[in-house]
Amino acid sequence: MFREGGVAVGSVVLRGFGWRHAGRKRWAVRGLDLRVERGERVLLLGPSGAGKSTLLAALAGLLPEDSGEQEGTVEIDGLDPRKARERVGIVFQDPESQLVMARCGDDVAFGLENRGVPAEEIWPRVDEALRRVGFPYRRDRPTAALSGGEQQRLALAGTLALRPELLLLDEPTANLDPAGAAQVRRAVAEALDADTTLILVEHRVTEALPLVDRVVVVEPGGGVRADGTPEAVFAAHGDVLAAEGVWVPGHPVPPRRAAGPAGDLLITADRLGLPPRLAPTDLSVRAGEALAVLGPNGAGKSTLALLLGGLLRPGAGRVTASAELAGRDARTPPHRWRAPALARRIGSVFQDPEHQFVTGTVRDELALGPRRTGTPEPAVRATVDELLERLGLAALAGANPYTLSGGEARRLSVATALATAPRLLICDEPTFGQDRRTWRELVDLFAGLRDAGHGIVAVTHDADFVAALADRTVTLERRP
Amino acid sequence: MIDIQPVAAPGAPLARRNPVAKVAAALVFSFVLLATLDPVAPALAIAVELAVLPLFGVRYRLLALRAWPLLASAVGVLVTLVLFAADRSGRVLLDASPVLVTSGVLVTALGLVLRLLAVALPGIIVFATTDATDLADALIQNAKAPARFAIGALAAFRLVPLLGQEWQMISMARRARGVDAGRNPVARLRLFVSTAFALLVGAIRRGTRLAVAMDARGFDAGVPRTVARRQRFGLADWALIASAAVVSGAALTVSVLLGTFRPLIG
Amino acid sequence: MNHTDSNRWRTIDIVVAAVIAVAFGVVFWAWGLVWKAADPAFAAAPAAQAIMYGVWLVPAVLGGLVIRKPGAALFCETVAAVVSALLGSQWGGVVIVQGLVQGLGAELAFAAFRYRSFRLPVAVLAGALTGLSAALFDFFVWNSEYALVGYRLPYAALTVVSSALIAGVGGYYLTRALANTGALDRFPVARDRATV
Ligand SMILES: Nc1ncnc2c1ncn2[C@@H]1O[C@H](COP(=O)(O)OP(=O)(O)OP(=O)(O)O)[C@@H](O)[C@H]1O
Ligand SMILES: Nc1ncnc2c1ncn2[C@@H]1O[C@H](COP(=O)(O)OP(=O)(O)OP(=O)(O)O)[C@@H](O)[C@H]1O
Ligand SMILES: [Mg+2]
Ligand SMILES: [Mg+2]
Repeated sequence: MFREGGVAVGSVVLRGFGWRHAGRKRWAVRGLDLRVERGERVLLLGPSGAGKSTLLAALAGLLPEDSGEQEGTVEIDGLDPRKARERVGIVFQDPESQLVMARCGDDVAFGLENRGVPAEEIWPRVDEALRRVGFPYRRDRPTAALSGGEQQRLALAGTLALRPELLLLDEPTANLDPAGAAQVRRAVAEALDADTTLILVEHRVTEALPLVDRVVVVEPGGGVRADGTPEAVFAAHGDVLAAEGVWVPGHPVPPRRAAGPAGDLLITADRLGLPPRLAPTDLSVRAGEALAVLGPNGAGKSTLALLLGGLLRPGAGRVTASAELAGRDARTPPHRWRAPALARRIGSVFQDPEHQFVTGTVRDELALGPRRTGTPEPAVRATVDELLERLGLAALAGANPYTLSGGEARRLSVATALATAPRLLICDEPTFGQDRRTWRELVDLFAGLRDAGHGIVAVTHDADFVAALADRTVTLERRP
Repeated sequence: MIDIQPVAAPGAPLARRNPVAKVAAALVFSFVLLATLDPVAPALAIAVELAVLPLFGVRYRLLALRAWPLLASAVGVLVTLVLFAADRSGRVLLDASPVLVTSGVLVTALGLVLRLLAVALPGIIVFATTDATDLADALIQNAKAPARFAIGALAAFRLVPLLGQEWQMISMARRARGVDAGRNPVARLRLFVSTAFALLVGAIRRGTRLAVAMDARGFDAGVPRTVARRQRFGLADWALIASAAVVSGAALTVSVLLGTFRPLIG
Repeated sequence: MNHTDSNRWRTIDIVVAAVIAVAFGVVFWAWGLVWKAADPAFAAAPAAQAIMYGVWLVPAVLGGLVIRKPGAALFCETVAAVVSALLGSQWGGVVIVQGLVQGLGAELAFAAFRYRSFRLPVAVLAGALTGLSAALFDFFVWNSEYALVGYRLPYAALTVVSSALIAGVGGYYLTRALANTGALDRFPVARDRATV
């Protein structure tokens, strides 16, 4: 290692590091001692809510002093991370809020302008970054018209264009289709030269392993649980880690097949479309079956989910609910139903969990749906408590939904729909950002509902989820 | 849905001018005309404004669409004046107390309505043909506006169409959870207010994260920024501002020569 | 850290101030339509419509109360005006200058307390002053042809009252409500809250 006055250049050093977010009693991370040398590629693992995103924010110098309390020290090249920002590039878990400009090209150029890159170098670097992540549109495409996966790719391009020495990626492929995810991983691999340090947070270990040479597992209570090469870590602690929630390769999850054949028809889509977001699509869902909707980014899956859920008015074709689902209302399409009737019959989980939150605490959020549909109060409380417990949110019951970690927010939004136990459940990417334990809990909840005769539609890129739960799949094509 | 894209035909000779020059010209033009209360100068100004419209690449239909609230306010001005004009000289045309319409009142009303149109149209034309990103770039590069503030405002402006989508999302989220207002107008108003509040809260949260993301990409790093999109401020741009001053001044001069000029103050 | 230690604007100050302004720019755009729609209701006494005026001035007070830095009120009101112009406001480019003038009123109120006090009376003063500057602008620029006693004076007086109430009191309680949601956690307004 290079040494300058005793400090290794290009290294990350944490000593007893801890951070507690303002407004929380528990520490998000604590007692962390870690050293990452220049050029290392580290996969950071840990259960959902263990503080991985918080740690990355600390390394990027993005935890302002006024937003929490710190213990111990963090150093990048011997500097406070807040003073070493130009060496660090970070892609956050949530892509939408990191786009700054109105046009895609301008957004990638934004960081280069800030760093004072000469004007004539900017556009070639922008084009190169966009090409590397396989961005399919021209530079002047409005950023507002991108699907979730497209936004993620653009955010990555904006960071790669800066050629950071330390690259921090927080679940960079969470919303990408499998081809896009592979492409992004290739882009990351290409962008790394021998001097670039990578710290990657990713729940899906198998896909991430080719990118890394070291695995660090953080413990939710504090400290490092395991550290070493992937082979060594998984050989020594594989079983324990898998039980604790890490997606250890070679530890498959048992499938949850349907107990019986599918029942009555619940809902049908005929040539259902909404130009230009969704091309005409046919689809039907029965009671007691789980249907997975697959397809590349931008194919219109989320649009389809909203249309089926009676939340958007179709631009073409129609949605018909069966008498089994809607009784006498079956004659009108779902988007014309009154809201309480809709909520009792069809539950929707949006792709972005935060779009869904209506109240100020986790507990109220879960109780809202059952209350609105007229469930008696003791039953509401019982349902809420059970969901909080099973999904590992009990300690967060009083927290504001907007302060949850990515995986916690996802579980809460799924739980809000589960709370009313609607006959038809439509979920957009219900499992992203989950550790192995919460993932299995979610799959069990879905399987339980299905076996009780509910219909489930899940938009997903998660192949494990499809393998474990789906009885049928529908694949949307991307329109040329 | 609110559209923030400019609507001009790209490449129209005046739409292409530097945004700062366009805004400055519009302000100069408007403020010169604010100085008079007579009908003649604004009438001339409106004629000029309509004549240059094709040079901005704006269709007349579109202008009518954007200007209709303006026409509505013109009617309001007329009504108010009939009731509350300060000057009620001239021949009495209608006397049904308290409504007293005289020829003086009508001339004043005509003057005010024309002035309102003449003053507002330049802004409408200019902003209909100006992209927000270009405006911020030009403010920084040509008007020496502080870059952090201009870019910050621009980043927030990008949220406008998103706010429209967000409004839709909030409404959908509420509907999905069984919350709606039905036909009861009070419930509707309450739902409207709570949706608007949720929108503001969501916008602030988004702003907070956006600020973090901007810092992560070196926004406030103290390094002098470079510019990827060069905005030029050339002779043609100076000429645009100068012509705005000359034309509006000429309209006033004609009015003075005809003896119709009535200054705002004095 | 009860008031902000430095007068330098952080990125978050700039962006959130601008976001408040942008949200209100959109509200203005809609409010302009409401204002027009309400015209007939005030046909008997048009000057009374000025009781709706305060809504135009909320961003000035709200911006000042949330950001608590010199220039915040001015910045918010001006950006809101520019945004409503970009969205096609009926008043055209003049709103920008009008926004500047209006923001100045609130700014003076906060400056008078040296950006140290942000309690209800200060908010009301800010609302009243921004209403006063708006009223002066309208008095001379837009309303000079109207009867002094029958229209101009009541209009101006109502503008000030409306701003003190809607922008001042309303802005104050809106700030509190926003702080209660946790959205303002990184601003001085939200220093005390429960931990979970
Ligand atoms: N802004 C915040 N305010 C308060 N608490 C927060 C905030 N952000 C995160 N937390 C809490 O800190 C803990 C760690 O969150 P963090 O986002 O770092 O987890 P994570 O390991 O990234 O989880 P995931 O895998 O689900 O993304 C969580 O319990 C979360 O609720
Ligand atoms: N509000 C909108 N206005 C215009 N176009 C939109 C809007 N929302 C999405 N689109 C476009 O419609 C297409 C379908 O979007 P949608 O979000 O349904 O895709 P998706 O299949 O869910 O993609 P992903 O897997 O990335 O979430 C995309 O090309 C997107 O760019
Ligand atoms: Mg996370
Ligand atoms: Mg989607």
